[in-house]
Amino acid sequence: MRAFSYERATTPEAAAAAAVATPNAKFIAGGTNLLDLMKLEIEAPTHLVDVNGLGLDTVEPTDDGGLRIGALVRNTDLAADAQVRRDYPLLSRALVAGASGQLRNKATTAGNLLQRTRCPYFYDTNMPCNKRNPGSGCAALTGVSRQLAVIGGSDACIATHPGDMAVAMRALDAVVETVDAEGATRAIPMAEFHRLPGDEPERDTVLNTGEFITAVTLPAPVGGRQIYHKVRDRASYAFALVSVAAIIHPDGTGRVAFGGVAHKPWRVEEAEAEMPNGARAVAARVFADAAPRPDNAFKLPLAERTLALVLAEAKE
Amino acid sequence: MTIHDMPKGRTDGAVRFVVNGKTVNLTLDHRVTLLDALREHIGLTGSKKGCDHGQCGACTVMVNGRRINSCLSLAVMHEGDEITTIEGIGTPDALDPMQDAFIRHDGYQCGYCTPGQICSAKAVLEEIRQGIPSHVTADLDHVTFSDAEVRERMSGNLCRCGAYSNMLNAIREVEAGK
Amino acid sequence: MKFDRPAEANASDRLLVLGQPHSRVEGRLKTTGAAPYAYERQDVAEGQLYGYPLGAAISRGRILSMDTEAATAAPGVRAVVTTLDMDPLPKDSHNVNRLFGGADVEHYHQAIAVVVADTFEQARSATNLIKVEYHAEQATLDLSEVTPPETEPAADTGDFDTAFANAPVTLDEIYTTPAQTHAMMEPHASVAEWKDGKLTVWTSSQMIKWWRDALAKTLSLDVEDVRVESPYIGGGFGGKLFLRADAVLAALGSKATGRPVKLALPRPLMTNNTTHRAQTIQRIRLAADNDGKLIALGHDNLSNTPPGGDGEDATSQSLSFYGAPNMRIVNRVAEMKMPESNSMRAPGDAAGLMTLEIAMDEMAERLGMDPVEFRALNDTQVVPSNPKQKFSHRNFVDCLRHGAKEFGWTNPAPASRREGHWLIGQGMAGAYRGSPASTSGARVRLQADGRVIVETDMTDIGTGSYTILAQTAAEMMGLPIEKVEVRLGDSRYPVSSGSGGQFGAASSTAGLYAACVALRAQIAERLQADAATLDFRDGEVHDGTRSVSLASLASDGELVAEDKIEFGEFRSKEYELATFAAHFVETAVNAYTGEVRLRRMLAVCDAGRILNPITARSQVIGGMTMAVGAALMEHLEVDSGRAFFANHDLASYEVPVHLDIPEQTVIFMQQDDPYSTPLKAKGVGELGVCGVAAAVANAVYNATGVRVRDYPITLDRYLDRLPEV
Repeated sequence: MRAFSYERATTPEAAAAAAVATPNAKFIAGGTNLLDLMKLEIEAPTHLVDVNGLGLDTVEPTDDGGLRIGALVRNTDLAADAQVRRDYPLLSRALVAGASGQLRNKATTAGNLLQRTRCPYFYDTNMPCNKRNPGSGCAALTGVSRQLAVIGGSDACIATHPGDMAVAMRALDAVVETVDAEGATRAIPMAEFHRLPGDEPERDTVLNTGEFITAVTLPAPVGGRQIYHKVRDRASYAFALVSVAAIIHPDGTGRVAFGGVAHKPWRVEEAEAEMPNGARAVAARVFADAAPRPDNAFKLPLAERTLALVLAEAKE
Repeated sequence: MTIHDMPKGRTDGAVRFVVNGKTVNLTLDHRVTLLDALREHIGLTGSKKGCDHGQCGACTVMVNGRRINSCLSLAVMHEGDEITTIEGIGTPDALDPMQDAFIRHDGYQCGYCTPGQICSAKAVLEEIRQGIPSHVTADLDHVTFSDAEVRERMSGNLCRCGAYSNMLNAIREVEAGK
Repeated sequence: MKFDRPAEANASDRLLVLGQPHSRVEGRLKTTGAAPYAYERQDVAEGQLYGYPLGAAISRGRILSMDTEAATAAPGVRAVVTTLDMDPLPKDSHNVNRLFGGADVEHYHQAIAVVVADTFEQARSATNLIKVEYHAEQATLDLSEVTPPETEPAADTGDFDTAFANAPVTLDEIYTTPAQTHAMMEPHASVAEWKDGKLTVWTSSQMIKWWRDALAKTLSLDVEDVRVESPYIGGGFGGKLFLRADAVLAALGSKATGRPVKLALPRPLMTNNTTHRAQTIQRIRLAADNDGKLIALGHDNLSNTPPGGDGEDATSQSLSFYGAPNMRIVNRVAEMKMPESNSMRAPGDAAGLMTLEIAMDEMAERLGMDPVEFRALNDTQVVPSNPKQKFSHRNFVDCLRHGAKEFGWTNPAPASRREGHWLIGQGMAGAYRGSPASTSGARVRLQADGRVIVETDMTDIGTGSYTILAQTAAEMMGLPIEKVEVRLGDSRYPVSSGSGGQFGAASSTAGLYAACVALRAQIAERLQADAATLDFRDGEVHDGTRSVSLASLASDGELVAEDKIEFGEFRSKEYELATFAAHFVETAVNAYTGEVRLRRMLAVCDAGRILNPITARSQVIGGMTMAVGAALMEHLEVDSGRAFFANHDLASYEVPVHLDIPEQTVIFMQQDDPYSTPLKAKGVGELGVCGVAAAVANAVYNATGVRVRDYPITLDRYLDRLPEV
């Protein structure tokens, strides 16, 4: 970890301004991913802007019947929030499927969206990785890739987004709200928030330098059976091989997003028309353009079978 | 190293927090984690460094009543916080009931993960009482003590000696005794 | 004391303290964080600096240059010592790979520099300022790419080929086990002080003597000038048997700075820098007559190792476990430059039983037999590869039958039971682990307050050594356990067996027994009595007519006695000493996703006299837990092109978490084995990890009807063979 200067921000705009003013600055909230990466010098900010004093830690109803989740709401609190449990159980379920109790106590809503991939080559600074070191190559393409993306990858990167929360938020049509140093705000639909790697895998999201997440909003509740099923090698405290976030209505219609398969939560809205026809029909369309590696091709049947399980559970 | 790699200001700072009831004033390199502040600067080595990356749970401490991985937290970010470590939970001469139960049920072997396990175990019982749901909670609105709840909630604390089922017995007994 | 014939009745047989369920004597320290582990020895040497290691970025090749200018100039840095500063350091016989020195890189993350600084943060960041130029060479870690070398069979009895060819029922299958890492919770860590030509290392070591000798050899010191201390060890599992880079780098850092230096291996460096259990490819051939009696048993193993190492001999148990008149056992080792494969809990047998016990399950099915009965039928009371050698004691069949009864074993048909979305299965397996013993010494010091202090360089790596040694001394001297203080893990104490190979408990308690016998003799001499007639009880010694308190005997100064136990050849040559178990597992497998959730586990163990049922049970459940990892998740992922283990941290190398582990039951078939030690005890620490993975594998097969012969049994290996959904 390189030496850095440190300040505590007092307003979101000031935080954004501080980050813009200092090259190579980073916001820090929970720190559960950033400090991990800083110890390995995968991230090497020279300045940290501590945003924990900004408030932004409440979950409140919006005028259109939805919820606004403050950027600094901790994962534990969000999962336990009464409104979330009642109206967006998918989000609660996704949150408690992630990490550990200790980490969820610290990790924030915004930080969770920004967590970086768990590709073993991203995590090893001796290895080529276009995401960590643009232009150095992608070791995963010729290496161990069991955990990595089966769809949406590129010749430069086959990393996955490692989170669970964002997968549920994608299914729930969440919107990420930001502010920049000039005070300009923007609302970014979850569908657009995370990028595909393309030839710029170093950019995980569409955020600009200094742009600060203030909240995530959820539209009015959509009801339905909401099930998050995460498949991993051990029973807990592990990243997903595949996860399914599904909302299923009594008539069999619904929505589904997949985690662990791509650089972003993977949802294909057009495929959801097939929901009443079962998992195979949905998966065939969701993963039509899949390009798995030999050691992660199992994720395709796994995704389909996990969705089938979820659909079966929804009928119970 | 280019100019962009140089910090613009001081790379250390003062922080004050309370550890096990005692106020501590420190001036620390910003890079010092809460774990290293406790172990290397305050001499409280009960909290363990197993991985230093949030992957094992041996460094678990309570901050303002909640358990966290102290290895993934900067000490300077804990201004004003109340921190409880294993040393604040009980001492060899005055054991906490959870420590006593761990001894009687042999909920440990090498002992390295044990302080973190005990901090988590106490927090887990509190989290269940508070109705915070977990991955195995059947009904998000009704959180009740069960073996499965303990197993899931304790899963952020690795024990390579494999004393999990003995820990469960200890935690069960403490819960029943309340 | 020579142990050259089976033990007779002796003072240890009273079992007033020994054999009783005493809680760990160091429990209050461990549960309150007061037990000091290596990196926490802040009090032992003033002015400790922090060391941080740099690992090689390539897997094989040569270092052309190292630029340390920026690191040396970084804030707080006191010294930078690089591998180019010295010739390759001499290697101790226990180490396969070199630990430091010279330009050659033999494996990924080999230690190539240490930075010493005032603080941990300064040392860590300066390490990254060292610029290294390499000449990299192509290396491999892929066992399937090598051509196996020709090797003489370890056993070739009868006429294997003919017997196998003519048998009515046969099995010939290939199985694989992956590389595994110990992943003990405490990283390798040391504080070293090199002062006035003498070196003291406070470290985390299973084997004090080995480390002391290895440090002397590696650093060209007289062994008398090296002291090693390791009273608390945060797990070892074989990973801390042999000197490691943390101690060497801390010592070199101390030599360079003239100050004590402490250093821990960063977790992400440990996997490739230290040792691991080797990968294996195993061919097992079984042949039986129609009644299920084994006619032929062939076990052919291939594993990898750096040049000069032993790899993982997965055939070791096959020489002794089941009777077959025709055997061919071949263990082959492929040498390649790579991270060091070496001992991990139950080396050999753990990997061998993972496969042999699947093969036995498959064979039972081919024969249409209950796998419990098939194993019982093929039990043997002599070593099948050397029938002149008898087992000292072997109660495997009782383990099987008792386990089947306790578990409610019904030998269900494969893929026959379903509960909702879950396929339910049961599996069982046998387990075998040798019970060696080695020379072990101890000193006992009777104090004026009536306490006895025990000193031995034995280690407690979580195994319960402190407790069983306290029990042994208490039993022998007629004291309550509270009156015994056990001091371990210091090279100033008599040399013990150390902790490894399931020999520690049996050997070290026997060594302490010898020392206590010597103390009793001293006391007898002082009382001018016959030692055999004395009765030590309740802090007093009685000779029929008078009672004398132990305290009074030491009122003019402590009484000190020291001895060691040495084991005669009868123990290893005339008799085979081993431990046995039967394991039973019930599991659920998700019919859709293939996720495995164990429901219950039972172990029935035959391991001699159990010195402490609490700590022995914990050893067994700990082994069972580790074996669940071996069965279901643990595998070091080989990047064959880059020749390194890619998943080198605790997030990517998954070990079992609490939620993975169901209810575990352990039953000990308490039977003394007088051929083992004066205490009639055997080891149990490795038995628990043996056979269990196969029981899990067999249960998964029983649930799904899908046989997987490659570990770990992750869902990607069988998903396509699960029922359609």
